[in-house]
Amino acid sequence: MKLATLKSQRTITLVTMALGNQTLALPTAYLREILDPLPATRVPGAGPFVPQVVNVRGAVVPQANLKVAFGIAADSIDPSLTEDRRRILVLELQIDGENAMVAIEADAVHEVATIETERLEMVPAAASEWPPEYLTGLYKGQDGFVLLPDLPAIFAAQVARPVVA
Amino acid sequence: MTDDMTAVFREELRDLLDSLERGLLDLTSNPDDPSLINQVFRDLHTVKGSGAMFGFTELAAFIHNFETFFENVRSGKLKITAEIIRLSLAARDQIPGLVDGTPDPEGQRDAILAAVAALMPGAAPAVTTETDAAGRSDTEYEDESDVLSVALAASQATNRLTFRFAGDALGLGAQPEIILDELRGLGATGIVASVDDVPTLDALPVDQCMFAWSMDIPASVTEAQIEDVFIFAEADWSIEAPADADDDASGYDFNLDDFAAPSAPVVAQAQAPAPVAPTPAPTVPAPQAAVASKPAAAADHPNAAQAAQAATIRVAAERLDALMDSVGELVIVEARLTELARQSRDSALITTAEQITRLAAGLRDATMTMRMVPMRSLVARFRRLVMDLSASLGKPVTFSVLGEDTELDKTVIEKLADPLVHILRNALDHGMETIAERQTAGKSQNGVVELSAEHSGAEVLIRVRDDGRGMDPERIRAKAIALGMISADATLTQQQILSLVFEAGFSTASSVTELSGRGVGMDVVRRTIESLRGQIEIDSTIGKGTTVTLRLPLTLAIIEGLLIEVAGEKYTLPMASVHEIVELPAEKSVAKRGGDFLDIRGSFVPFLRLRQLFDCQGEHTTEQNVVIVQSGTARVGIVVDRIVGTNQTVIKQMSKLHSSVRAVSGATILGDGSVALILDVGHLITTGRVSPTETNKEAAA
Repeated sequence: MKLATLKSQRTITLVTMALGNQTLALPTAYLREILDPLPATRVPGAGPFVPQVVNVRGAVVPQANLKVAFGIAADSIDPSLTEDRRRILVLELQIDGENAMVAIEADAVHEVATIETERLEMVPAAASEWPPEYLTGLYKGQDGFVLLPDLPAIFAAQVARPVVA
Repeated sequence: MTDDMTAVFREELRDLLDSLERGLLDLTSNPDDPSLINQVFRDLHTVKGSGAMFGFTELAAFIHNFETFFENVRSGKLKITAEIIRLSLAARDQIPGLVDGTPDPEGQRDAILAAVAALMPGAAPAVTTETDAAGRSDTEYEDESDVLSVALAASQATNRLTFRFAGDALGLGAQPEIILDELRGLGATGIVASVDDVPTLDALPVDQCMFAWSMDIPASVTEAQIEDVFIFAEADWSIEAPADADDDASGYDFNLDDFAAPSAPVVAQAQAPAPVAPTPAPTVPAPQAAVASKPAAAADHPNAAQAAQAATIRVAAERLDALMDSVGELVIVEARLTELARQSRDSALITTAEQITRLAAGLRDATMTMRMVPMRSLVARFRRLVMDLSASLGKPVTFSVLGEDTELDKTVIEKLADPLVHILRNALDHGMETIAERQTAGKSQNGVVELSAEHSGAEVLIRVRDDGRGMDPERIRAKAIALGMISADATLTQQQILSLVFEAGFSTASSVTELSGRGVGMDVVRRTIESLRGQIEIDSTIGKGTTVTLRLPLTLAIIEGLLIEVAGEKYTLPMASVHEIVELPAEKSVAKRGGDFLDIRGSFVPFLRLRQLFDCQGEHTTEQNVVIVQSGTARVGIVVDRIVGTNQTVIKQMSKLHSSVRAVSGATILGDGSVALILDVGHLITTGRVSPTETNKEAAA
């Protein structure tokens, strides 16, 4: 998902969520549903990024922790958010050329907002705080920058992970 | 023409081509078998007919000559030769291209047609014209319509043809408008429908065609041609000399010409060649006055075949998948219900839950049976492959297939094709010696390649055996050491050495062919088989040959599972691979250096501690059990905290995000809605056997 592709539309509808101290925004086109946290099953040897699977209406769906991809400390959380605001977002997107469902954890889901794509900016090259290959772009929200993760790129990197012996 | 209909045609075409290929290959060994000749002819005829019906006129024209040829064979005018089989197979390979509209820049199709024309007897003038017409390709195809009109003009005299569909013909797929179009293509005019036999609405059988049709048909049209029209539709028909009374249609006359007009030209084109075709059967003079009634079924379409057809229906694969999914959901919910009923201690509820369990099991078995496909559907292409390879390599082989009727889940069958092609190709290319080498070795000139399939418990064993030169373990070992895959002092059994050819990278090095070359892409083969939750084994004796054995699960959808618990986490093992369960002796409960082995009735079985393997927190509290799993002859023990019990395991594929996790082959949903992972027994066995002492490393990964 490239910034230029997004900019070809005048507006884009995004769902914003909290992840540690960071706010992320995902295109609603990916979003299938938002659920309360589900009991998860650990997948041994799967690594920290997609450590678990959950049962979403009879489908076994991998659950990813984007904090790992963005290097956000696991215990980092906005102090104003309580435990009961935690959600999982079930997304449907292309992974390695196939349509796939994946759930991601969020400390809280804020809102669905339509923003003008001209507000979207490239990630500054100097911003070493975030891995640039995992970001489509960012825009300035009410309380600081909102990041648009490049989910297909992030998950493609996970698929390419070498086989555990 | 909707895409839907074309899709149906393509699907049918695939089956027809398979059947055609099978027939042709069978003919190589039994060139005089009349039923095979009839089968080939029928397949060709159907491909041509339905091709024309769906607008693939080029295809119809292309097939026509082959159909004519086999018609000649059928009537005993010509003999099957190796050449015609070769040409027919080549033509068969062109058919998908013709349907897809792929161009033919090298003129292969024309070359094939020319070669067939050369094989036709005596080159009767009609044959030449015909061949030219087809050979000239589509641009000048309309010419044939002219030929047709000439043929029609020449036949002024007409007979009266009357037909009526037999009882369940419509149910079997007969379509009046298509039949009428075909007849129109033969020159039928004045088509009148008779409604005399149509009962009143309350007595009308909705699944039968109560109409009869009558029409004028040129006297030059032979009975054989009419019989061809009705080849796939059971109908009573008769021809009479012209009667002046076409007044029998008491006021309800329909002229169906108007309705069927759009598709008529297409069919006319396809049928056009028929009147001028070099039909060897002497033209049957149309009976003058007497009625020549025909029995309902065409002579070469036995009733038995029709009965079989009626008892079978085609179902789109997606619908079966959807059904299987629903059954899977049902099995999961059923487990939940049983669990709740057990907790409630309500005897009525428990009884009901038990009934549901029984019904769900029945439904599950029925659904799985529906998905079973015999190996036969795969085998045809292998016979072709072996035949082509044997010809191109100059190594004559006898290819035999045993257990063609062995059934496997259709998903398994689909994914099995490529690995088997690979194994067969290896057997011929590398395993089989040249004729000279075989003579030196004192073997018969013809090599033997055998493909066999058989059931064995919950598995299917598929073997490819050859009597070639076999594999030399010493050379494989030397190669593996050179490649750094094993250390020079490693002690390996012959089995383990042979298995090295399945390792990735083994084959990429040079001079593999010298080493009887089994390594070519065998790692890909193994990966595919493992993705089907199967295993591959190889066995070879120098100078005697090689046998590759594939063990595959019967189904990929639902299996019987053994639910186990390790540190509070539940996992499932496929019951089919569970051999026995023993207690872990107290002295073994703490991991020791120097390897973990159990003494099971005198044989040493290595075992794995799942707690370590899966990096579980905490210490076990209760006595632990060891589940002994087996695959082929290899056994390994798996130490678990608790055996929960057996359950119906609906297999869900793991996401690609977890494709790097080899110890898990899938997941399933338990009665309480939680997810349990299915352990990959093949992987556990490899882990356990290769390095029972180093399992700690795995946990760290």
